[in-house]
Amino acid sequence: MSLRFQRLLLILLTLVIILSAVLLILYNTRENVSYFYTPSEIDKSDIIINKTIRIGGFVENDSFNKISSSSFKFKITDEKASILVTFEGILPDLFREGQGAVIEGAFVDKNIFNATNVFAKHDENYMPASIKEDLQNTGYWNNKYK
Amino acid sequence: MKFLVNPSKFNKVADYVFIPVLISSIILFSIGLIFAFYLSPDDYQQGSTVRIMYVHVPSAWLALLTYAIMTLYSIAGLAFKIPFGFIINTAVAPIGAVFTLICIISGSLWGKPMWGTWWVWDARLTSVAILFIIYLTIIFMNLSFENRIVREKVVAIFILVGSVNLPIVKFSVDWWNTLHQPATISKLSKPNIDPSMMTPLIIMTFAFIMIGIAIAILRIKTEIISRKSYLS
Repeated sequence: MSLRFQRLLLILLTLVIILSAVLLILYNTRENVSYFYTPSEIDKSDIIINKTIRIGGFVENDSFNKISSSSFKFKITDEKASILVTFEGILPDLFREGQGAVIEGAFVDKNIFNATNVFAKHDENYMPASIKEDLQNTGYWNNKYK
Repeated sequence: MKFLVNPSKFNKVADYVFIPVLISSIILFSIGLIFAFYLSPDDYQQGSTVRIMYVHVPSAWLALLTYAIMTLYSIAGLAFKIPFGFIINTAVAPIGAVFTLICIISGSLWGKPMWGTWWVWDARLTSVAILFIIYLTIIFMNLSFENRIVREKVVAIFILVGSVNLPIVKFSVDWWNTLHQPATISKLSKPNIDPSMMTPLIIMTFAFIMIGIAIAILRIKTEIISRKSYLS
């Protein structure tokens, strides 16, 4: 084994070890690394009242209620579980039913989540607006995409 | 391909390609920006804001690519004792740092209207911020150290350790819940982007690559000259 090959092996081995160490740390702390919990990840019996957390998912269809001009009520769902959210403030432009959203706030009781911040999440699909019109005109538009 | 590891061969090739690379970057930028601003359509969800993508995504790719190149040259420099690897490390780090900064700034300008926030500490954004800090550390390490030989080795080792961050940046959106959306373009599946928006993205990517190469050539040549005077 030549000297330069030994050095190469040593470097690659070190990199693999460092990478696996970092990944193990991140894997075991993934609950803290993740930016939000999905509704089904939240255990109803484990809810701590008034502790700030973030939940994320889709705004459930037909769940959006406007109570007043700046106060809203809607449900966040991941199709397995859903959480009732109340929010007072300004919603981002992309926020609508069926759209992904991340909500920062705290549970005020076991079933109601009071939001302090609402972030809209957009997906990884990009499509020209004109194609959306074409699809709607020809009836091929899937209403699941808002 | 000797010019990738040999300074004098690199100088020769660089003199040939510099002007063509510079001109093609100018042409690609003008075509790409015309496409990005006028010829590409609005997005069905994001409207006009989607045009930020044509700067944000290429700069993000280039930030990662630059670091990957530095990693390869660090291995070459340390394992195979190729001094040109250290020249590249010193020359290219600020370019990668600027691409990362462009990515972060354009990303936050995009995040404010779409997500409703300039910045959040989710896995993707945080790992890119760490990438930027690593780049800054490399630049400052290159400016410190009295002894050039020691400095080169320390910087190369630091680059190798920092390269652990690259897969984390890339896969952060798949491994954890993040506010940032997952990758649109990946090898395994058909891209979820319309061809009319893919075209300006590709043109802008090549424009960024070309301007990156042009600046890199200038900086590498300067670095080679400064080392010659250092030796004599």
